[in-house]
Amino acid sequence: MKLTGAQAMIRCLELEGVEYVFGLPGGAILPTFDAVYDSKIKFILVRHEQGATHMADGYARATGRTGVVLVTSGPGATNTVTGLATAYMDSVPMVCITGQVATHAIGSDAFQEADVVGITRPVTKHNYLVKDVKDLPRIMKEAFYIANSGRPGPVLVDFPVDVSRQVTEFEYPKTVAIRGYHPNPPINMEQVKKAADLIMQAKRPVLYVGGGAVGSGAGKELLELVNKTGIPVTTTVLGLGVFPETHPSSLRMLGMHGTHYANYSVQNSDVLIAVGARFDDRVTGKIDKFAPHAKIVHVDIDPASISKTIKVDVSIVGDVKPVLKEFSKLLKDKRPQMKEWLAQIEVWKKKHPLKYDQSTEEILQEYVIDQVAKLTNHKAVVTTGVGQHQMWTAQWYQFESPRSMINSGGLGTMGYGFPSAIGAQLGRPNETVVCFDGDGSFQMTMCELVTASFYKIPVKIILLDNGHHGMVRQWQELFYRERYSASVLGPSNPDFLKIAEASGLFAKRVERKDEVIPGIKAVLAHAGPALLHCRVAKKENVYPMVPAGNALDQIIDMA
Amino acid sequence: MKHTVAVLVENSFGVLARVAGLFSARGFNIDSLAVGETHDPQISRMTIVAHGNDRVLEQIMKQLAKLIDVICVEDLKPEDMMERELVLVKVQANAATRNDIMQIVNTFRAKIVDVSQDTLTIEVTGGESKVDAMLELLQPFKLLEVVRTGTVAISRNSVLSVPAAEIVEPKRSAAAATQAAAPKKTKSKTKEISK
Repeated sequence: MKLTGAQAMIRCLELEGVEYVFGLPGGAILPTFDAVYDSKIKFILVRHEQGATHMADGYARATGRTGVVLVTSGPGATNTVTGLATAYMDSVPMVCITGQVATHAIGSDAFQEADVVGITRPVTKHNYLVKDVKDLPRIMKEAFYIANSGRPGPVLVDFPVDVSRQVTEFEYPKTVAIRGYHPNPPINMEQVKKAADLIMQAKRPVLYVGGGAVGSGAGKELLELVNKTGIPVTTTVLGLGVFPETHPSSLRMLGMHGTHYANYSVQNSDVLIAVGARFDDRVTGKIDKFAPHAKIVHVDIDPASISKTIKVDVSIVGDVKPVLKEFSKLLKDKRPQMKEWLAQIEVWKKKHPLKYDQSTEEILQEYVIDQVAKLTNHKAVVTTGVGQHQMWTAQWYQFESPRSMINSGGLGTMGYGFPSAIGAQLGRPNETVVCFDGDGSFQMTMCELVTASFYKIPVKIILLDNGHHGMVRQWQELFYRERYSASVLGPSNPDFLKIAEASGLFAKRVERKDEVIPGIKAVLAHAGPALLHCRVAKKENVYPMVPAGNALDQIIDMA
Repeated sequence: MKHTVAVLVENSFGVLARVAGLFSARGFNIDSLAVGETHDPQISRMTIVAHGNDRVLEQIMKQLAKLIDVICVEDLKPEDMMERELVLVKVQANAATRNDIMQIVNTFRAKIVDVSQDTLTIEVTGGESKVDAMLELLQPFKLLEVVRTGTVAISRNSVLSVPAAEIVEPKRSAAAATQAAAPKKTKSKTKEISK
């Protein structure tokens, strides 16, 4: 079958089973968009390319399937950089196709030319420049394979416009053979046994579980392991949901804004079992005081994650799911051995529960999230932007299933929440998708309101408007003598209700506490996309908090 | 501590930039990097000399191995390798000094490759210490230009071999109702570190 490069590109996507492509056209990618016109693939036209990457990312995190982005050269491509970096940091499978100027013009500073392969090299798992149309099917096959195997990540394919016009005999390969890529090394059973021995001897073990367990689809295996052994579990912000937070063995989230009891448990553990997590600084606090009494077992598919920031005692390189299965075989019920430990944890849980002021007249962010959680029965797919609202969502929603908390953990990309909700909703059309956003985060990508409205994507935005870059304000209050430099948004914020309505959304505003529950109900009951504008407390801080540079158990909390 | 790392890479567009970018992005220090095609024209070999503690070296090896275009990585053991560097040195020379310079050249088994009215160009190969020693002795005669290739190294007893690419038939990772590709078991590019 003879096809142009552009037609071949779209054919590759069809053969990979791609359902949605997110993007925005432009000169150098026009031939490919002409081929999109003939395809059954559903194309989502965004208002800004960053939105396209976050949508593809949200789609991927909600489903486990590779998200796909199609944009033009130059500014189209550079606008994807934030989204690529977000996906790279959080190991999200994505294929991003960027137009490029014609091969003969590359390097000449042509119109809308940028060295996209060069620019995106540090923020992609791998990238390609297609120089010959004959290479295209192989490159696309490899791109999809690399993106969603091993430790997943974004792969970029830079596609010059002349190559997209060349004609080729199209044949899509069935197989890939990359001699420098071995995503699934065999699991070293001796290491697994060594780890199991260590865990069996432990008196104060803790499981510390991250996004790798979500990516591996290991929720069931984790639950089985914990039910069998009774080992308490804490998760990172990316691991939220992989273990039900209502389970008695759950310690909830650890780290800077984690629970007291998660952080105390980690600090007092004698064996810490890290599963698909990478000892991020927001998790460890001061690194040389992290889990000082613990031997550390680390299970990760990426060998480079092991002993990167924390020296590990037993490492297991491999996919989390089969490793947890092996653990379940080798380990026994540890509850009798952990009596004291579990009793101690119960004491911590009782003494330091997560809390907020229930009596105040103001609308507190925690209150809104708590109510949305109850009204959606903890079953919604949740996305967030970045900042205070993200941390409160992590604390108060109480996630029960994997892939239900979608947020930018590694890069901390403000503006991520709303477009990722659009992607998540497309991937899981029959579920309620709620985006908790802050007024700062939301304004970064709110141009996509019209995208949600045009395609009738029924996401529910809970906008927690405190008139500040709240997390910045919190740090300024605590560490910069209340000098609120450039963190005040209130006086310049637009009328969010009008913006939402002008974009075709159903919108409501709540300003009093007694309006909150009816407001949430109204928004959730609406069939299409909807926004609830909540005027919330301006000076509420996220607690507990481990200030940067403190050990994990040096926690400050509200009085 | 100094380490000499041998890396086999795909001889393709942009690989050097990937390797160099990795070192700069992660703050690793490169002392030298030499690269050239091997007997297989599809494969280039890099010799990277870097310094850092064991943890840094471990990360360098693992991060290199993680690059898709890197085929294999090996930390060459000092006791089991030969390393050489080629250096061209242009030194000021006149009738009065020429003989003294040539004596130094002979002592180091270096070669004079060009002579002019007032310069001598010397070619020397050897390990780092030999080259440094000779440069030190030539210093008083005024060095005009020094060009170093960077170290290349090879192990005495083992061969850095290219693993055969395994053929994988991935599932359609973008399609509904399929999960991530589950390829067969493979050998990793660096040895698993167990402590």
